[in-house]
Amino acid sequence: MANKVYGRPISLNEKQFTYCPGCGHGVCNRLLAEVIDELGIAGNTIGVSYVGCGGMLYDFYNIDFAFPLHGRAPATATGIKRVRPDKIVFSYQGDGDLAAIGTAEIIHAATRGENLTSLFINNGIYGMTGGQMAPTTLIGQKASTCIDGRDPSYHGLPIRMSEMIAQCDGACYVERVSVDSAKNISAAKKAIKKAFQNQIDGKGFSLVEIVSPCPIGWNLSPNDAYKRITDEILEFYKPVVFKDTISE
Amino acid sequence: MSKKMFMKGNEAIAESAIRSGCKAYYGYPITPQNELTAYMAKNMKKLGRVFIQTESEITAINAVFGSAVAGFRAMTSSAGTAMALKQEGISHLAYLEIPAVIVDMMRGGPGLGNILATQGDYNMATKGGGTGDYHVIVLAPNSVQEASDLTRLAFELADKYRNPAMILADGTIGQMIENVEFMKPIAPEDLPTPSYALTGCEGRAPRKAEPKNSAQELEEHNIALQRKYDICTANEQRFEEIMTEDAEVILVAFGSVSRMAHEIIAEAREEGYKLGLFRPITLWPFAEGAFKKIIHNAKAVVVLEHNAGMLTRDIRMYVNEICPVYYHGRMGGSIIDMDVVSEKIKSIIDNNGKDWRELDGQQGLWKTY
Repeated sequence: MANKVYGRPISLNEKQFTYCPGCGHGVCNRLLAEVIDELGIAGNTIGVSYVGCGGMLYDFYNIDFAFPLHGRAPATATGIKRVRPDKIVFSYQGDGDLAAIGTAEIIHAATRGENLTSLFINNGIYGMTGGQMAPTTLIGQKASTCIDGRDPSYHGLPIRMSEMIAQCDGACYVERVSVDSAKNISAAKKAIKKAFQNQIDGKGFSLVEIVSPCPIGWNLSPNDAYKRITDEILEFYKPVVFKDTISE
Repeated sequence: MSKKMFMKGNEAIAESAIRSGCKAYYGYPITPQNELTAYMAKNMKKLGRVFIQTESEITAINAVFGSAVAGFRAMTSSAGTAMALKQEGISHLAYLEIPAVIVDMMRGGPGLGNILATQGDYNMATKGGGTGDYHVIVLAPNSVQEASDLTRLAFELADKYRNPAMILADGTIGQMIENVEFMKPIAPEDLPTPSYALTGCEGRAPRKAEPKNSAQELEEHNIALQRKYDICTANEQRFEEIMTEDAEVILVAFGSVSRMAHEIIAEAREEGYKLGLFRPITLWPFAEGAFKKIIHNAKAVVVLEHNAGMLTRDIRMYVNEICPVYYHGRMGGSIIDMDVVSEKIKSIIDNNGKDWRELDGQQGLWKTY
């Protein structure tokens, strides 16, 4: 009898992902589903989506999901977790959502030490609205609102959220990972799993930032988009454990 | 009912919310509603419930969404310019049909305005301060007792219609101290878990508080919302009428200003002037049918409010030119001078409902329609 080594995670339903070819959200969604399966928490978990490309993820999972307003996922997740502390509550946000309009919400959820798991997909661009500059757009990177490339003297500098959140005393675990290679994807899954395990153990606020490609928004082929992460982005957005009070 | 307490309006609303099974309260400081937040801070933790002083009004309303979508009664409160910050969240609750109670203890506007009592949020509350076609159930108490009673009603109507409900009061109601009797307490755990509640999908199909993305889905959803608002409008109109049967002039006022109308009517009646009062308690839905009946034989309608005529515009629509409509109001925290109003109204009756000359702007704003 054939041994099945790869299949659809049971926490994903039968719907097909709606992401563009080469988009990293599909990888991130899959890793999230694998972690939920492995921890056996699908029936006990409530997800909080966000406004942006990956926000459609609420539609792909066999778990309860709330769709919040732009940037407010940490506030809504707080509201859920505080009244249902026995449930596993996570938020999944993009960089426009978490690092621009929702900066206050994520900083204060982390600082309060809410027992939540926060996944932060950093692809350095506003994908859903057509490729505008994000707070995380790198210097020199072109976008529809910085057409000659991001100029620090004119557009300001890119923001580093994981570094900031690691400074919040209420955060117990902050790591930046990437999905640019098989090795890094494997590390990303470990980080996501740890961020969920921390919540299960009641340890407090965990955030995993995932550097992820947006080939359409970057005007690159999928292969070149993945290569850009390896060659350029990880120089600035270093894949590092910024804080881990659990293992220390 | 329990024994009588002597309390501020803000505290009575907080106590009533606790007794109505409110599981979670989220708030941000702003005058003149701070006693409400403080009362919640003092009591919710002791009861094993949730209180968070959030980093913003925006976080407060979005955390209310979280606790409400998880199936519990939840509340936030604010005032004036800060209520404006909550409007996107209130619109989102209406969109996803998640009940919640919001308290607006109105202060002076526009913008940052001042901290004094006004009724300047009437339009924002009753017309939907956020985006799209939705309504909030708006309840306007005129006493501490009614503030308490309507808070219980707000939770009940919010649940019944799966819609946000608002207590629209002003700094006068929030700050005044009166006797109040509270209803029997309900614990959050005594309330049934609603059908939409996100509780984890163990043993059932997953639930989603999800957007309607296609034109067809969103139109169908909007039509369903409008039908729901029609049912709510038919069933939930509440008002008070005083001596309207023989009244030649009908005063219209809501909330704190209606208490001045009570006194104006009582004094004028002693002199033989037949005045009556129509006081909307539900500002939305407005008791249109009852109001039209009451004004049928009136010579004039006089609207008194602490704003520039927000309710008056609605009243003019309902009166539909069957008699003159007069408006008098003050703004910025100034209070209507009852003697001035009384003389004016008597002159209306003396002139058979007409001929109300303009007054000095120092005494407030007057308009004749």
